[in-house]
Amino acid sequence: MILTLLALAILAGPLIWRVPINEIDFTARLSPPSFDHPFGTDDLGQDLLARMLYGGRISLAVGFAAMAVALVAGTIIGAIAGISRGGIDAALMWITDLFLSLPQLPLLLLVIYLFRDFLKGLVGPEGGVFILIVLVIGGFRWMPVARLVRAQFLSLREKEFVEAARALGASNLRLVVRHILPNALGPVIVAGTIDVAAAIIAESTLSFLGLGFPPDIPTWGRLLFDAKDYLDIAPHWALFAGGAIFLTVIAINFIGDGLRDALDPRKVM
Amino acid sequence: MGHYLLRRLLIALPSLLGISLILFVLLALAPGDPFGELASNPNIPPEVREALRAKFGIDDPIFVRYLHWLAAMLHGDWGFSFASRIDVDRLILQRIPTTLYVVGSSQLLALAVALPVGVYAAMRPYSIFDQIANTFAFIGFSLPTFFTGLLLILIFSVNLGWLPFVYRADIDATGWHWYSEYLKQAIMPIAVLGLFQAASYTRYVRSAVLDVIKLDYVTTARSKGIGERKVIVKHVVRNALIPVVTLVALQMPSVFGGAIVTEQIFRIPGIGSLLISAILANDTPVIMAVTFVFACLVVLFNLIADILYGWLDPRISFR
Repeated sequence: MILTLLALAILAGPLIWRVPINEIDFTARLSPPSFDHPFGTDDLGQDLLARMLYGGRISLAVGFAAMAVALVAGTIIGAIAGISRGGIDAALMWITDLFLSLPQLPLLLLVIYLFRDFLKGLVGPEGGVFILIVLVIGGFRWMPVARLVRAQFLSLREKEFVEAARALGASNLRLVVRHILPNALGPVIVAGTIDVAAAIIAESTLSFLGLGFPPDIPTWGRLLFDAKDYLDIAPHWALFAGGAIFLTVIAINFIGDGLRDALDPRKVM
Repeated sequence: MGHYLLRRLLIALPSLLGISLILFVLLALAPGDPFGELASNPNIPPEVREALRAKFGIDDPIFVRYLHWLAAMLHGDWGFSFASRIDVDRLILQRIPTTLYVVGSSQLLALAVALPVGVYAAMRPYSIFDQIANTFAFIGFSLPTFFTGLLLILIFSVNLGWLPFVYRADIDATGWHWYSEYLKQAIMPIAVLGLFQAASYTRYVRSAVLDVIKLDYVTTARSKGIGERKVIVKHVVRNALIPVVTLVALQMPSVFGGAIVTEQIFRIPGIGSLLISAILANDTPVIMAVTFVFACLVVLFNLIADILYGWLDPRISFR
């Protein structure tokens, strides 16, 4: 419900609230919420409502895209591990466990530090950072999905309907794609919902540390990063940006929790 | 037990190797010369640059470079910080106690909150206490640490003026005054980190205790006339802790992630803020070393979790 409202506001908002995000007005510097600027203004007098609406789009887009990357990568790896026995399975699971024990935030920072300039040169500053952040966040979140898919495969591949399909001469690929995968996807989607929240937090964290999107793209984390130096004179700035992140994350978590209770009361990990 | 420990250590070693390999591949794949900063810095004479290139074997095949790099890391030769002009290992040694202090106390706080609350909530499922605890836990782990940190600063430092919001390593006071200042500046970072973890731990503890409390052996223990308190502490909690330890160990990477953010907000001079400033200053050796140290810490805590398993469930160490 809250999420729908937020998503609607983010998608339709710019059509209604037509203040440009980068209009600088020094006479209205750091002004608290008023009729002209419902969410107040920042240190350059830029309208915060417009910036929040714009940033929300990016934050949500990063969240969903990173979730998609994590789901696809996790499903492929989990499926390969689940259908093949012995060496390949063990090796893939070892890699999964290795990734699970990696310190994610330092590595995220490291990868972004190393590859930022390269991708910027390749596809421009905004697209480059977007692709990089989505790939990297997704690339460090596929492990739970892979474990889940593998566990599903291990139990599903012994079921009678799979035996029957195999007896009819279906190839391994067909077995996986047509018979096992559709049955394994339920809990995966639940895990994916919670991943969206985690990805949004990850993106905001990066931006908050000043290492996410460039300063002229106001994501919610970036707004908080800029706001933290003006906490004493313009608290509204930080409160609105942080509140938006909090509301989005808690709404997504609620949906994920509800889905999990409805579909499968037993563990997701 | 000794045998079990040895086996766990042998399992931890390959994962450390794997992490070092990932780090190295990242560095090798990165476009451009990691010493580009050196090359453009006029303060560094060309012969030093050449010596460094030779030492790091930039022109050798990649496998040889990895072995060289690994050997250097194992020797404790972690390179030289471009920005701070001292050896990286000394820089990290200066910073690491602060980080361990903050992370350690926040974990203790998290467990001190989560264990009683989780157990009590699970003993009376769906009671008012349980619902309140659940709601708070839900809000707690949906609030990102960077936001709670700013909120606390806003409330306690800016509005109330009770607590300092900058962490200082050099407090010019002695005796009791020193201790009180030290505690005051550590309250907020530890609370931010600890309460965030406490929220998710509470949920784990609650569901683990709920799983165990319905089992037959608990009913048996009760019917033998053992007091409720003893049943809970000795029979239920000890078994419920096994899955909790797993989940806590899995949380370790995100705990250190949270530590980086918290250190950045409160300007704590730990290795997390060292990492951020190194990235902003393009200080590659420091970045690599700090990331590696974080990886080692995570592996170390996983090892501690394994030891805890052996203590909680002696059957595990005999397998």
